[in-house]
Amino acid sequence: MSIASVTAPPSKDGILSHARHIVAENPVTGVSFGLFALFLLAAIIGPYIVPYDPLASDTAAALQAPSAAHWFGTDQLGRDIFSRVVVATRLDMIIAIASVALVFLAGGFAGIASGYFGGWTDRIVGRISDTIMAFPLFVLAMGIVAALGNTVTNIIIATAIINFPLYVRVARAEANVRREAGFVQAARLSGNSEMRILLGHIAPNILPLMMVQVSLTMGYAILNAAGLSFIGLGVRPPTPEWGIMVAEGASFIISGEWWIAFFPGVTLMLAVFCFNLLGDGLRDLVDPQRRT
Amino acid sequence: MLNQIAKRLMTAIPSIIGVIIVTFLLTRVLPGDTAAYFAGPAASEQAISEIRTKLGLDRSLPVQFVAYVQDLAAGNLGTSLTTGQPVIEDIRARLPASAELTLLGLLFSILVAVPLGILAAVKQGSWIDHLCRIVATAGVSLPVFFTGLLLVYVFYYILGWAPAPLGRLDFFYTSPTTITGFYLIDSLLTGDIEVFRAAWSQIWLPAVTLAIFSLAPIARMTRASMLAVLASDFVRTARASGLKPSKVVMGYAFRNALLPIITTLGMVFSFLLGANVLVEKVFAWPGIGSYAIEALITSDYAPVQGFVLAMAILYVLLNLAIDILYGLVDPRVRLEA
Amino acid sequence: MNRREFLKSATVLSSAAATGVTAPAVWSSASAQSARQETLLLVSESGPNNLDIHGVGTNRPGYEVAWNCYDRLMSYGSKTLPDGSASYDRDKLVPELAEEWSLSEGSVTFKLRKDAKFHDGTAVTAQDVKWSFDRAVTVGGFPTFQMKAGSLEKPEQFVAVDDHTFRVDFIRPDRLTMPDLAVIVPSIFNSKLVKSKATEADPWGLEYTKQNTAGGGAYKVSKWQSGTEVVFERNDAWTCGPMPALKRVVWRMVPSAGNRRALIERGDADISFDLPAKDFVELDKAGKVKVVSNPISNGIQYIGMNVNKPPFNKLEVRQAVAYAIPYQKIMDAVMFGLGKPLFGAGSNKVSDPVWPQPHGYATDIAKAKELMAKAGYPDGFETTLSFDLGSAAVNEPLCTLLQESLAQIGIKASLNKIPGANWRGELIKKELPLIANFFSGWLDYPEYFFFWCYHGQNALFNTMGYKNPEMDKLIDGARSAAATNDWAVYKDDVNGFIDIAFTDVPRVPLYQPYLSVAMQKQITGYQYWFHRQLDYRTLKKG
Repeated sequence: MSIASVTAPPSKDGILSHARHIVAENPVTGVSFGLFALFLLAAIIGPYIVPYDPLASDTAAALQAPSAAHWFGTDQLGRDIFSRVVVATRLDMIIAIASVALVFLAGGFAGIASGYFGGWTDRIVGRISDTIMAFPLFVLAMGIVAALGNTVTNIIIATAIINFPLYVRVARAEANVRREAGFVQAARLSGNSEMRILLGHIAPNILPLMMVQVSLTMGYAILNAAGLSFIGLGVRPPTPEWGIMVAEGASFIISGEWWIAFFPGVTLMLAVFCFNLLGDGLRDLVDPQRRT
Repeated sequence: MLNQIAKRLMTAIPSIIGVIIVTFLLTRVLPGDTAAYFAGPAASEQAISEIRTKLGLDRSLPVQFVAYVQDLAAGNLGTSLTTGQPVIEDIRARLPASAELTLLGLLFSILVAVPLGILAAVKQGSWIDHLCRIVATAGVSLPVFFTGLLLVYVFYYILGWAPAPLGRLDFFYTSPTTITGFYLIDSLLTGDIEVFRAAWSQIWLPAVTLAIFSLAPIARMTRASMLAVLASDFVRTARASGLKPSKVVMGYAFRNALLPIITTLGMVFSFLLGANVLVEKVFAWPGIGSYAIEALITSDYAPVQGFVLAMAILYVLLNLAIDILYGLVDPRVRLEA
Repeated sequence: MNRREFLKSATVLSSAAATGVTAPAVWSSASAQSARQETLLLVSESGPNNLDIHGVGTNRPGYEVAWNCYDRLMSYGSKTLPDGSASYDRDKLVPELAEEWSLSEGSVTFKLRKDAKFHDGTAVTAQDVKWSFDRAVTVGGFPTFQMKAGSLEKPEQFVAVDDHTFRVDFIRPDRLTMPDLAVIVPSIFNSKLVKSKATEADPWGLEYTKQNTAGGGAYKVSKWQSGTEVVFERNDAWTCGPMPALKRVVWRMVPSAGNRRALIERGDADISFDLPAKDFVELDKAGKVKVVSNPISNGIQYIGMNVNKPPFNKLEVRQAVAYAIPYQKIMDAVMFGLGKPLFGAGSNKVSDPVWPQPHGYATDIAKAKELMAKAGYPDGFETTLSFDLGSAAVNEPLCTLLQESLAQIGIKASLNKIPGANWRGELIKKELPLIANFFSGWLDYPEYFFFWCYHGQNALFNTMGYKNPEMDKLIDGARSAAATNDWAVYKDDVNGFIDIAFTDVPRVPLYQPYLSVAMQKQITGYQYWFHRQLDYRTLKKG
């Protein structure tokens, strides 16, 4: 690998104009950015603006179809589904962001170290990744949550663990490419310690690519948490969460109360959809050569 | 060649050892007292501790681990509490059901995603390109259990196009003689068209559910690798020398784009095995995924261990198969550890 | 063998199969129609894990297999309930394997049918009965416990007088002894067959009977694929009752409740159990299928409080909870009215010695707050409310409503779903502060329920760890009064212990659930049984 092939990241201005260009060229990405902003807004101010208390039951108004009073209808206990869906945004976002942040740190570091040092570090990290990859990932997550107990923290941990190999792979490949790069050699020659080079020079350089990975796995993190809730291993009731709401609504679909599962399901889908498109968009932004 | 395969197999051994250790630890810390379950509803503390001794649950973890590995070597995976059967029998009976469903889902997915990806690459930037992107991303954004429920509602309950989600065969039919364990194949081999039709009508809906979920990675990879190949010199040369566009795309470009697609297929398959768990639950499919869910929820750890091991072995075999396929598609690639 | 020879032999084989007596593997659609008339398709959530009621950890669906594939000496008669549905009659024992019996002071003697045969053709003898009963009281676990409930404890109690005469000696007078001989556990096994399969490690042949039925009952299991389906064939040589109408019963496991409902609604399945209350109510209203509901005898859904640990060791706190429960909301939103309310009687004093019956509490938040203040918890406290994940369909909405209501009196309860096997383990420890649970006794007597749920012997079902010497005295008193037919004392004792249970409220009964079953209109002959499983023998189709 020649030194010249690793280009310096583009300047800030460049990124902005590049972003404008991408949004203009690809409206889908623009839409996904908008959608993302909406979800973010719902997560931040959602609980303060919803029309009903998401936990308050009203058995007199149970199982009502969508109407002007209840936009998404009501569930078995008469709770307003619209309010629950909006309020759930925060929790689902927290699960996704926290688990991704966790694996970003752990997987990213392990990957960089493995790519940079090679040898035993690489072998050990590689074995751990291989072992995780040998499981059907969803089943591994089920096992972890069942073993540790079903709390939000454990869902986050489980989701982080199953994404670990993905992050390791990306970080490792990038660190491996850069370990003999000019700026690294320069840093080494000027007497920096290995750890310092690792964290101070290599990590910042592969950050953009890792960010792309982040937005791609966010969607998967939400799906995973929802899947766990669906089989009864997720968030505890009555906390609103999209997956658990779909699960609760599942038994009502056949009897015609489709809205209980439908709206949380569609919202969940939109959120994951938005993250996936966003990931694509980010990739276009960060790494034009890898556009797909 | 055989030598290479053996070498390749050797590299999988450390992962398998890792899997055995992790599975053992994971299932031993599962909450839930197997002894209390066995002792029945009216058991006293003493009766429970007797059963605990009988099951060897009072021994230290390393001792239990050694016993577990010995059992494993003897092909004994323990007995399931919920079904009351030896786990190995349960898995043997259920694995073909899962494999048949997953493979068919994968086949559906390939049939749709590969042409879609090729079209998107050939007409890059056109509406079909955007459609490809949206369809693929929407597919992977759907929670499989939700897709499954919706499809059952629409196709069984409203339209009546699919039969009741009752597993692999309507109860009027008896399963075909086991040859491969795949009902679709076995019924054809025995020449029983009626059973084939019955099995087909049961399997298509869950297979479609799985296919929708796996469209995205295949379509994306097809498109990406086609784009890369289409931009390469030899395609340009082929085009310049006046070959028909269809011949260029299918004859030259696609063949060369196959390699990364095959790699993706391997990943997608293991991805589908995980998704299978939820789909099987929705469709009452008697596979090993639904088996593992039931076991996990009742803290029945022998089946969970057996399931995970079966999966790991499947995964290793699959990767091996892909490596061999690689060698066939591209003779330049040698099987190397 | 060359190819030609192979083909020849294959042809011979297939023509042999075609002319053979066995039914063809696949029915053509015409014969399928007539076969369907004699075949019952049954769907339920889960299937048996063991075909033997004496087995280790046999689950509830396993009881159904045992009930239909084995005979007992006696069975219960049937009666028509006020709403027109049929039920077993707890007060009437009828002959099954025994033609007649005579009760004396210290024993009962049965005369067995002479023409009864096991599925393999061997005659049923008193030795088989003795062996089966010995097995039930010896193997331990549930069967031994159930036998004990009727004072059937030792092998010496069971005497095979001659081939067709069998005697049970009583160790104490107990009014539950005779009824207990007609429940599922004292089923009669083919002792010769099972003994031949027994090994040193497994002297009672439990491994064999786990996978195979070895009885002489009206049905036999012809195929069992665990977790998927069980297929029963009628035993055409059955003599212990009128010949059942159904030739074949196919029982499929369908985990999703929505699918089970769809199957019954579209006419694909004949009978469906375990549906959510709402589905039963709606199916009934829609009128396309028949829904039969019976209150589960001696069964209550309740909220239990751990009386040995603060804060629920305080009577006022328990009473506050009893006043805070949103009873009517639960009946409406969770049960859709499908249950018998056990609250709001106006008073905690009862006048009839029957169980279950309503208590005097009703939702009254003001009163509950007052009691909380009196108990020294004006600002409430935090606790967890636990339930079994396996019954989350009912318990989750129920506990959510309760949680909301408790919050109004300052009790912040977080919900704790406990998965299957772990639930029982947690109950044994008796550490959970607050639980929602269900219990029903097979034998429909108040003192039976209280003996397991309130007595100081602290059985597993006394989930609250409740101990009160006064309560024990009344329960024991009622038991011995019933044995000696002293009905005046019995009435006082039963009313006495119900009163204590209501004023002390270690558990708050909510409602008596119904056992509901949905079936196609052409199905007749359904009858409610104490074991809450299906009896195929009386069912008819069309």
